[in-house]
Amino acid sequence: MSEFLEPFERMLENVSTPAAVRAIERGGSPDAMWQAFAESGFLDALVPEERGGAGLALADVQPLWMALGRHAVPLPVGETMIARALLDGAPDGPVALAVAAPGQSVVVPFGLVAAYMLIESDCALHMVEASGALTGVVASLAARMTCNDLPSPHSTAPTSGLRPIAAILRAALIAGASGRVTEMTAAYANERVQFGKPIGRQQALQQQMAIMAEEMVAARIASQLGCAGGFPPSLVAAATAKAIASRAAARVAATAHAVHGAIGISEEHDLQLFTRRLHEWRLADGSESYWNGLLGRERLVSDARSVDFVRAHLQPEAATG
Amino acid sequence: MFDTLTLAALPAEGEAIRPAIRAIAEQAIANASADVRARSWSGFDRDFSRLLGRSGFLGLTLPKCYGGAELGPFARFVVVEELLSAGAPVAAHWIADRQSAPLILNYGSEAQREYYIPRICRGELVFCIGMSEPGSGSDLASVRTRAERTAAGWRVNGQKIWTTNAAHGDYMIALLRTSGSAGDRHAGLSQLIIDLKAPGVTVRPITDLTGDAHFAEVFFEDVELPADALIGEEGEGWKQVTAELAFERSGPERIYSSVVLLDAWIAHLRDARRDDPATCALVGDFTARLGTLRAMSIACTARLALGESPVVEASLVKDLGTRFEQELPTRIGDDLASHPDEGVDAELYRTLLYVTHIAPSFSLRGGTREILRGIIARGMGLR
Repeated sequence: MSEFLEPFERMLENVSTPAAVRAIERGGSPDAMWQAFAESGFLDALVPEERGGAGLALADVQPLWMALGRHAVPLPVGETMIARALLDGAPDGPVALAVAAPGQSVVVPFGLVAAYMLIESDCALHMVEASGALTGVVASLAARMTCNDLPSPHSTAPTSGLRPIAAILRAALIAGASGRVTEMTAAYANERVQFGKPIGRQQALQQQMAIMAEEMVAARIASQLGCAGGFPPSLVAAATAKAIASRAAARVAATAHAVHGAIGISEEHDLQLFTRRLHEWRLADGSESYWNGLLGRERLVSDARSVDFVRAHLQPEAATG
Repeated sequence: MFDTLTLAALPAEGEAIRPAIRAIAEQAIANASADVRARSWSGFDRDFSRLLGRSGFLGLTLPKCYGGAELGPFARFVVVEELLSAGAPVAAHWIADRQSAPLILNYGSEAQREYYIPRICRGELVFCIGMSEPGSGSDLASVRTRAERTAAGWRVNGQKIWTTNAAHGDYMIALLRTSGSAGDRHAGLSQLIIDLKAPGVTVRPITDLTGDAHFAEVFFEDVELPADALIGEEGEGWKQVTAELAFERSGPERIYSSVVLLDAWIAHLRDARRDDPATCALVGDFTARLGTLRAMSIACTARLALGESPVVEASLVKDLGTRFEQELPTRIGDDLASHPDEGVDAELYRTLLYVTHIAPSFSLRGGTREILRGIIARGMGLR
């Protein structure tokens, strides 16, 4: 896996710098950054080899998605990978994902920087040119879109719909951003001196940050579970990934800000690039309670023991290395 | 950060063992009520442990020349998972199999290995761990109980407390001070094997709030031990104990303490045909966390299988795991009592209250929450 991840990480470090992220969030053109992704070939990672893609498994792509979160990438890169895998002949350009009933108004992550939106409506997938209004949330790249007058469907939706697929992407982004935020917070706690010593030496802070690390690792493992069973994911795998990651997102963001103090909520500090995303991704494609509800319903119709239930549904295949 | 803790599959060698251990576990619990099965950790049944030994389910990670199975930590994970999720009684072999035998294998003399390990693998010996003392719980380095060299070996004086199974045990592996004073902290501590039948040893059971008595106080008054009671090197006790605790903290036992209650509650919900959104969300929350914690514990087991001692990772899984184990009785109690017209049968009620009352121990045994979080913080580079 590292053979893909290392060049991908290097590219992200070059193109998705905090300054570049801020520029796009202020309305600058995303074209140059998108060009780097388009030329990298990574957008076809999930496309089967017979259709000209890399034919990677979802488990292989999961670390790439985490890397997008680690670098606060301000473009729908993972979404475009998914759209290209689902559709033969997807158009060039960034694609955002949405699930909406006719007439319903929804928030589409990265809708403002997408060229297209892949919309699931009435069990069909529709590819439309991106449109939508600002949400009014400062620096957010999400668009508010009302689902009217869709063109004829491009294809039928996957059996379980677009939402589980979008949810495991969101979980991986959360896991990546949570890892970054945890590292930033630990580094800050070692630098910032109060009462004559780094605040990281205070036991009260250490206890909070240990919990933060636990939540971060749980989100990462849950995200890996969500991607372990193949594409598209099962409902149980998607629900586990998104419920655990969403729960972690709010907690990790809260501790990061508590430790950073007031500077962390300033625009100039990079922390906000990640924590704003954590909260947005927590809400996108179903929060923890949404997925817990679906998962619980599935669990209650099974008379298996709890351990057997999770064994049957969340069994990772042997690692591919 | 903590990047080595990553998703790992249970290999086929681990899964292969499951049907056989499940059959034995099912037989053991056939007539046991849920509140008895919820006592799995403290369920003491020497016959069952000997049956496990005869059937090849103890000493799974130990070399064949000492009676083990040489199957590795994944096989042990499956056996522990099956025993605990069924609620089978594990106390009579639990500590010896998990901690004492690997400790003796790693640090013991050849004579100690040949004497103790085959007997542990047959399920014949009950060990207990003498770490805590009055005044030294989480501050383990402050132990005062002393072993002095004599012409023939060692003489022990002092007291241990909160020693699980000491009242039915054969041997204690005790952390004792062999030189210096409590102020010397980690230096001067050693591990010795103490025959609990030796003259001068007095064991006094401590009855807990559920009416059980699996803890005990153990007093040593001029207890004479042979020279070969020492395990490993004199003065290396702290290092040995730290490695031992990684075995204790990483396994599925840190997730499954309340799982019999969880299953009994879910069976109740099915009988009551209750599947409203709030109920489903609670069931789903527990399910997602159980599945994730299980994957984290397997990830830890994979580090053990590579020969590592994942002290920080094990602490992380244990703290998250015990939070889950402790939240289960609180939230299930709230759920059941917020449906007062539903009717809860006596067995589920007893199970709920047993787990509720014993749950505080989950984050005490094997290292308190605050100590574990300190270890994690050090792993984050904060100390």
